[in-house]
Amino acid sequence: MNAHAENIAQYNFAYLDEQTKRMIRRAILKAIAIPGYQVPFASREMPMPYGWGTGGVQVTASIIGPDDVLKVIDQGSDDTTNAVSIRAFFQKVAEVAVTTETGKASIIQTRHRIPEEPLKAGQVLVYQVPIPEPLRFLEPRETETRKMHALEEYGLMHVKLYEDIAQHGHIATTYAYPVKVEGRYVMDPSPTPKFDNPKMHMSAALQLFGAGREKRIYAIPPYTRVESLDFEDHPFEVQTFDQPCALCGGAGVYLDEVVLDDAGGRMFVCSDTDYCEKRQAEGHAGPTGSPGEGEVQ
Amino acid sequence: MTAQPLFTVRSVSKFYGNRIGCEDISFDLWPGEVLAVVGESGSGKTTLLNCLSTRLLPTSGVVSYRMRDGTSRDLYRMSEAERRFLMRTDWGFVHQNPADGLRMTVSAGANVGERLMALGDRHYGQIRATATDWLGRVEIAGDRVDDQPRAFSGGMRQRLQIARNLVTGPRLMFMDEPTGGLDVSVQARLLDLLRGLVQDMGLAAIVVTHDLAVARLLSHRMIVMKEGRVVETGLTDRVLDDPQAPYTQLLVSSILQV
Repeated sequence: MNAHAENIAQYNFAYLDEQTKRMIRRAILKAIAIPGYQVPFASREMPMPYGWGTGGVQVTASIIGPDDVLKVIDQGSDDTTNAVSIRAFFQKVAEVAVTTETGKASIIQTRHRIPEEPLKAGQVLVYQVPIPEPLRFLEPRETETRKMHALEEYGLMHVKLYEDIAQHGHIATTYAYPVKVEGRYVMDPSPTPKFDNPKMHMSAALQLFGAGREKRIYAIPPYTRVESLDFEDHPFEVQTFDQPCALCGGAGVYLDEVVLDDAGGRMFVCSDTDYCEKRQAEGHAGPTGSPGEGEVQ
Repeated sequence: MTAQPLFTVRSVSKFYGNRIGCEDISFDLWPGEVLAVVGESGSGKTTLLNCLSTRLLPTSGVVSYRMRDGTSRDLYRMSEAERRFLMRTDWGFVHQNPADGLRMTVSAGANVGERLMALGDRHYGQIRATATDWLGRVEIAGDRVDDQPRAFSGGMRQRLQIARNLVTGPRLMFMDEPTGGLDVSVQARLLDLLRGLVQDMGLAAIVVTHDLAVARLLSHRMIVMKEGRVVETGLTDRVLDDPQAPYTQLLVSSILQV
């Protein structure tokens, strides 16, 4: 316990009390032992609303130590509201070092992106998950979805993909694209773009998923097989961009569209701000600010 | 007909507390045979059907099914995984209300293809071709394959439900009032269709109905139920033309003549 004799209310290290952390760590260990399985846990009220990453924050609070270096990203960016406030939260309640550099972080809490820079062994990626159940929109009953996971009845997941092709001519699911983990559990990778799905496969880093409102934790241990579901005649594909990042010229990365003016001007820039800044610092440059014709598929 | 029954029911009872759902029901069903269960509403027909199709656990009794490998298995001693596998491969269940048996928010093609995908079919083109073929067999135009069942009429929904169940080539169908809520001309077409499919595929079926005309058209044998018990069994034509039990006589004489 930290015993600062200040006049403000005192929190335990990393906000949660030790018993709660113990409970969450148990859930995390179980999740790691059964890759892709959703472990129920007694999610706590956090000083932020549901939907702002209460699940991810609880997971991070349970695994963070004084020596950790924390990076928080929101849609790939280090400087948007969600990222800034969660980073400030842990600076305040855990007094940990923070960074925006992917390579220097030991824990990366993320909302909807996996950094472009490949993660290393020893790093932990913590996802904020809104709806952990991939089968939810097709089967509303929790009792039934649990049974389907237990009995490995995943035909329904393909019904969704079938429906996509029937309606759009291709698999139109672009985010929260269902994956099968280690050949067993079908898992929702949280609303990350499907562009990031291949990065989960055989990742050197530990990936933890926390859903605060739905009270579930799941995990992908390092070097685990993660396969995106598809059809033989409609194989899984990631989004492609027909032009590089306008700022750093990076290709083969996930781009965000930025509207420049009222006349239809727009540009496409890296969604991962750290990656983009690093490349610019290394002297790479793109056609800055030029209105692009690029299309997000 | 083979020497061994497909489906054996022995002393099946279901009690809801002190009330009787159905009591002491026993019968055999042979491959390719259609059995009608008739009776007035509240006579325990649907309870019996649910007990037989593993949707409801009976209070006592034994229900066994002869698997494709020839062994007879007690349904309630199987694991849940085996039961569910059986239900979506070797069996079909047609609900009275098609909305209970269909996924109303996905297309007709996906409805028919669901069982195939559950069995591991992973080729979109083949699944769609099979689904279109089955829609044709239940007289739904092929260009409706991408429409949701919400856009279908009651009769089409019921035919779609039948196609969805038959796509895996089951050996046994359970039907709960398959023609309930349909007007008579649609009923007649549906019955024609069912009769043809049952014959072509050599299906065995247990049809619950309160409509004696449906029983007459579809079934070989029938069971008449009253207050949860069997009052009469026999060949359909015999029971309808020469009813023995007073209740069956009442039932047969209650049919409206046009």
